[in-house]
Amino acid sequence: MKRGKITVDVAELRVVREGSEILHSLSFRASEGELIGLLGPSGSGKSTLMRSLLGVQVIAGGALQILTKPAGARSLRGKLGYMAQGSAVYLDLSVEENLHYFAGVLNEPREEVARVLEVVSLTSFARRVVSSLSGGERTRVSLATALLGSPPILILDEPTVGLDPILRRDLWDTFKKLAESGTTVLVSSHVMDEAARCERLLLLRDGHLLFDDSPTNLLAASKSSSYDDAFERLIEQHS
Amino acid sequence: MNLRRVLLTTRRILQQLRHDPRTIGLLLLVPSALIGLLAWTLSRRPSSFASIGPQLLGVFPLIVMFLVTSVITLRERTVGTLERLFTLPLTKGEFIAGYAFAFGLLAVVQSMLVATLSYTWFGLSHQGIPWRIGLVALCAGLLGTALGLALSAVAHSEFQAVQFMPAFILPQLLLCGLFVPVGQLPAALRLIADVLPMTAAIHAIAPWQSTAFYTDQFAIMVAYILGALAAGAATIRRKTK
Repeated sequence: MKRGKITVDVAELRVVREGSEILHSLSFRASEGELIGLLGPSGSGKSTLMRSLLGVQVIAGGALQILTKPAGARSLRGKLGYMAQGSAVYLDLSVEENLHYFAGVLNEPREEVARVLEVVSLTSFARRVVSSLSGGERTRVSLATALLGSPPILILDEPTVGLDPILRRDLWDTFKKLAESGTTVLVSSHVMDEAARCERLLLLRDGHLLFDDSPTNLLAASKSSSYDDAFERLIEQHS
Repeated sequence: MNLRRVLLTTRRILQQLRHDPRTIGLLLLVPSALIGLLAWTLSRRPSSFASIGPQLLGVFPLIVMFLVTSVITLRERTVGTLERLFTLPLTKGEFIAGYAFAFGLLAVVQSMLVATLSYTWFGLSHQGIPWRIGLVALCAGLLGTALGLALSAVAHSEFQAVQFMPAFILPQLLLCGLFVPVGQLPAALRLIADVLPMTAAIHAIAPWQSTAFYTDQFAIMVAYILGALAAGAATIRRKTK
């Protein structure tokens, strides 16, 4: 596993929402060029962790350093490409109107819009209004938005949900390429089978980090043949 | 504050509205249609229309713009676009100003349309100067936008945002002098009424007052507009609890 400079440094992160602790003293680091899968069931705290990294979530304790700055610092805005769960784009705008707006806010040239549309294979959809697109197409519009300006860190919250297998494979290939070019890519999923696509896995359950290593080591350590089984055994060990 | 990002935001909001011609139509035409309807109901009492018509020119744009602004800004939050914007180099002030410009522009068109139609087709004859009435309609529209922006930050759903209308707008309607002249209100209510923006709008339309009086009324309205915009910027949170 190649190791570049540390881009994300999470130390004993705690998040409390409406009185209950969602993330319990979570620590991990990520480096340039890493493709990390953040896996765990729905409600395990994946989105909260991602939103904390982006600096849009109030944290109760611990430290979050992104590119050596505290998460949420003004100078970090635009350095983290974010794709939220759901689509988080304007449904009543066309695909290119959406991208031109976000590119404008980032002060990126107009050619950047054409480039990201190409990456997510949506060039022919540029003039379609987002509300007329399917769920998978909307997801790709949102992903294109996250890719604008080639940020050094990508935070993608369930980007492959509801996509057909071919498209899912293509997207994982895209993530791999981005990581190879030095981007830190953090991808969440609740589908354990996607574990195989990553170089490194973070398994989250009820706000605890249960595992942080490569997928092959996960199978070996738990003597399981499938990722679902491996996850089950991990939970049994921890409870 | 970066003007380029403000104007980009304004353009984006206007593009959203362009894809929704029905909303534009409702925004621009509803106040005019309501005044037209009022003129028709009072067609046998032209003197009543001359006194109530201009007052309502200061009320209808406020209500319409309040509703539209609060719902559309709230939608930014429920869909998640606001959170995404806050991961980008866009400040809260730029966001609010973008909205204020976009809806301010609509308020200009709306107020010119309603004032022009009133003085021509609806046969409004009023002792005031038409441009002052147009200006009051514009202030009312801007005020509705500013209040909508401020309150949408505290509403949790579009349903709640709409409920703010009867809570924040209707009491002003009762106190502004439309039903009972402000001078005849109980003392305590009068104190409140005198500092409410809708009362200022009604006062600014009244004929035969001194220039200083009109200036004061517009100053009250502008103060409320700026205050509500500032409150909007203050109540929106970059971080979720």
